[in-house]
Amino acid sequence: MNAEPRTLQSSALLPVGAAAGPKSSDAGGKAEEKPDSAKQLVLGFLFGIAFGFLLQKGGVAKYEVLLGALLLTDFTVMKVMLTAIVVGMVGIFSMHAMGLVKLHVKPTRYAANVIGGLLFGVGFGLLGYCPGTGAAALGQGNYDAVVGILGLMVGSHLYAELSGPMGATVLTWGNRGGIMLPDLIGMRLRVFLPVFVPLLVGALFLLERWTG
Amino acid sequence: MSSGGGAWSPYVVGGLIGVLSMATFYFSDKPLGVSTAYARLAGMIARLFSKGHTDSLKFYQENNPKIEWEVMLTFGIVLGALLAAWSGGELTGSWVPALWAERFGDGVGLRLGVAFVGGVVMAFGARLAGGCTSGHGISGTLQLSVGSWIALVCFFAGGVFTAMLMFGMGGTR
Repeated sequence: MNAEPRTLQSSALLPVGAAAGPKSSDAGGKAEEKPDSAKQLVLGFLFGIAFGFLLQKGGVAKYEVLLGALLLTDFTVMKVMLTAIVVGMVGIFSMHAMGLVKLHVKPTRYAANVIGGLLFGVGFGLLGYCPGTGAAALGQGNYDAVVGILGLMVGSHLYAELSGPMGATVLTWGNRGGIMLPDLIGMRLRVFLPVFVPLLVGALFLLERWTG
Repeated sequence: MSSGGGAWSPYVVGGLIGVLSMATFYFSDKPLGVSTAYARLAGMIARLFSKGHTDSLKFYQENNPKIEWEVMLTFGIVLGALLAAWSGGELTGSWVPALWAERFGDGVGLRLGVAFVGGVVMAFGARLAGGCTSGHGISGTLQLSVGSWIALVCFFAGGVFTAMLMFGMGGTR
């Protein structure tokens, strides 16, 4: 049961050309990393400007819009995220099929994903911004985001202090590596995507209909 | 519905964020993700106080406490949002959001205290879960990562629970 999904995953991903080397997708626990080049740092900054600009124009740097998402009274966040997911999914898997990009599938660790995810959500409710929209909120002039960002740095360091024991316990519980949704139901990626993408688009249409 | 959303359609913005994701994969070989930036910055500060201890921590051995791509991305987000808000006449310049003030009053101390605690809890959760609303919620889910979909559902489950406790079912309005 444990080995099977990985085989399926590689069979789903391997046929598509260049990006099949050992460094391709699901190298979850990369030990050391190379520093980013100056060119990449500049690119990162430019991509950030675009991202921040879009987040603010989308309204998702506003406390009221983000809290509205959590109070289920404002669905802007869901619409932005779902649309980004659909466009990015089609685009990135297409580029991957053409051998233009490598995938970066984060490892699935059931316990850590659930416990960490719930904690993240509690923090999200209290702060009202997430890490990306918090930076955007600061840019737009919500000064309370500065203190939120200080908290984010303190919380990150707290985790780093505990990262040794965490890595030996919670992170190992239900560690499944880089599995993908089609692996769960034993479907090939090329069969799964043409079913899943229309489902997500359908969900967007329903969301628009119900919420206006 | 009540808060008016943003200046641009959420579908236009979402679509362009999808295109931006494609660009970061193609040009930088990286998915959009923000939370690691705060961890790197925290590590850089911790190194000023105790270099040896900081470098001995597993997390910082795997994620160099240096100015890397995500850190620059995050600096860029601040500037990009500033440009967007300035160009659209939406600069706020406030310490307490209006919705918060409506419910909890306009005391700055309470708002900042809760924001700080929220940030601490959120970052700890992000590190444990392996990403945030960008890294898991957009970049991970669009690559069909099982853990990212689980994390995204849990982000909202924890967030809805907390927000409802704070503001009551369906908000104050």
